[in-house]
Amino acid sequence: MLSAFVPLQSSAAAQAASTLWGVVEAVGGFVIILVVVFFVAGRVTNRLQKPVALIITLGPALLLVLLGLVIPALRTIDLSFKNQQFLGQLDTKYIGFKNYTYAFTDPYTQQTILRTLLWLLIVPAASVLVGLTAALLMDRMTHTAVPKTLIFLPTAISFVGAAVIWSYVYNYVDPSVPQTGLLSEIVIKLGWHNPPNWLITSPINIFLEMVIMVWIQAGFAMVVLGAALKAIPDEVIESARLDGAEGFKLFRTVQIPMIRNTIVVVMTTVMITTLKVFDIVFTINNGNFNTDVLARQMYADMFVTSQVSRGAALAVVIFVLVLPLMWYNIRQLRLEREVR
Amino acid sequence: MTTTTPPITTTPPPLKGKAATKAIRSAFSSPVASALVVLISVLWTIPTLGLFVNSFRPKEDALTTGWWTIVTSPHFSLDGYKAVLTSEGGLVQPLINSLAITIPATIIPIFIASMAGYALAWMRFRGSDAIFFGIFALQIVPLQMALVPLQQYYVHGLTFGGVTVLPAPPGVRGTLAQIWLSHTMFSLPLAVFLLHNFIAQLPGSLIEAARVDGASHLKIFQSIVLPLSMPAIASFGIFQFLWVWNDLLVAKTFGSTDPNLQPITARMQNLVGNFGAHQELLYPSGFLTIVVPLIVFLALQRYFVRGLLAGSVKG
Repeated sequence: MLSAFVPLQSSAAAQAASTLWGVVEAVGGFVIILVVVFFVAGRVTNRLQKPVALIITLGPALLLVLLGLVIPALRTIDLSFKNQQFLGQLDTKYIGFKNYTYAFTDPYTQQTILRTLLWLLIVPAASVLVGLTAALLMDRMTHTAVPKTLIFLPTAISFVGAAVIWSYVYNYVDPSVPQTGLLSEIVIKLGWHNPPNWLITSPINIFLEMVIMVWIQAGFAMVVLGAALKAIPDEVIESARLDGAEGFKLFRTVQIPMIRNTIVVVMTTVMITTLKVFDIVFTINNGNFNTDVLARQMYADMFVTSQVSRGAALAVVIFVLVLPLMWYNIRQLRLEREVR
Repeated sequence: MTTTTPPITTTPPPLKGKAATKAIRSAFSSPVASALVVLISVLWTIPTLGLFVNSFRPKEDALTTGWWTIVTSPHFSLDGYKAVLTSEGGLVQPLINSLAITIPATIIPIFIASMAGYALAWMRFRGSDAIFFGIFALQIVPLQMALVPLQQYYVHGLTFGGVTVLPAPPGVRGTLAQIWLSHTMFSLPLAVFLLHNFIAQLPGSLIEAARVDGASHLKIFQSIVLPLSMPAIASFGIFQFLWVWNDLLVAKTFGSTDPNLQPITARMQNLVGNFGAHQELLYPSGFLTIVVPLIVFLALQRYFVRGLLAGSVKG
């Protein structure tokens, strides 16, 4: 890779320009290298042609997944059995399963794990519920482009951005002055005259943070489930209608059973995302006020509080939890391919 | 709004709880269904709308009254945007950093993955299926598993038992290249999978004909496969663009702590952490954080959906 940065400059414009120039250099350099390699390799015409082409096309991908995923994953597993505290520490030794027993016996970490499981129970179910409702309602409607886009839009918003947006919905000011947070305003209008300071009040803050995640994921669920609903052949729907299935009965007896697999895949996909939720909790209150989750605590263990090996053990816990979900999704995907 | 529901003339067969079913059915009938859809849409839009409205209100208004009072006291001001876009330490540099991270981290994986996809689909060799499945299966590795060792690699190179097997990549440490490289690595399982599936479905006759004419594999990839794969590349590209732009974890781990080198997500997260000081500036900042992905998303939604439906799980 080419150098991305020249040293910091005093003028903001100059710095901006140099940053962008770094991008041009990098992308340009990358493309030029590719063109040169292709040109040189194109001269090879004998028996070596295929092996050379293979190395050029497949080599970079293999090298990068090896360096970036395979070896690091193995190292993290290795690390989770050591007593490393800070990065670069040399005198480390293996301590067996101590980091894991710590994770499951330390009260704070226990709380974190339980809270993560709560996220896993609620967020995917709620996202699918909202997404499925929206998809079913819109399945036989016309002019759905605008509502679909509006519900889908949060998918494009970063977790950080979403956390900022919602922290204003949850904003707290003294009940005696004009409210700035929409949630407080609504509950006060409804008659709850002194609402709590939402984001620092446990346990309600956990659920309010979950709402943010559901807000982001529901659009994804709606789009994928909507596509599955569309894929149900019209004849099936028509014959069910002739049998008298309408409205809710049609949903329950025909449409939902036919997209059951997709529902489960969406559920597991949202679960995987939920399991790794880091940004929302990190941005809203950094895991304080009883909101910590696995991915946030793992990050803090690794890079903030100098307990690298304990963080590695939490990463492995996340991995072990993701494993069956991913395995299910991959198997489902392969089955679908075989059917086609 | 209309539905294609034909008039109900057939008598439904008797069922248990028929009255209940009927009540629910009528509840889902057209006008109510439409109302429900509108309700969900509005609920889903209001939070963003609030931020948007507040970002255009004068400081005093935004800090002391709710954004909905804009209806009764419509005051607008661009001061917030002026402040965050022109002041030193504002958001211009983070926005540029985000661009500078996202563009290479989107383009580089596209090339690497489409080459690999072509090799695995059309240059069959013993073990090519196993390699494809292996790369695909790597999606199960959460990127959290890779953070510490990868960071060590950038600093010390790859060592086994004190022996350096592979030195750290030169010129990468402490620069944006570290983030590009990390995102490229993490994106490959999904990218190779998506692009391979598309490339494998290109008409074989086309590639055979080129082979007969004496074109080399590299030539075929360059002049036939790459141009024809544009739809798949667009799908993956948008997906990756949004993913990288919105990422916080990789940026925090592999990025610099120097605010001048941080992308907008990391900067925004810092700003939220520093409660108190210039809270009013968080509104325009927040909106600037989300505006680029929103534009990309709205313009290219079709491709993004295609990528999603191709069975993508990322991270």
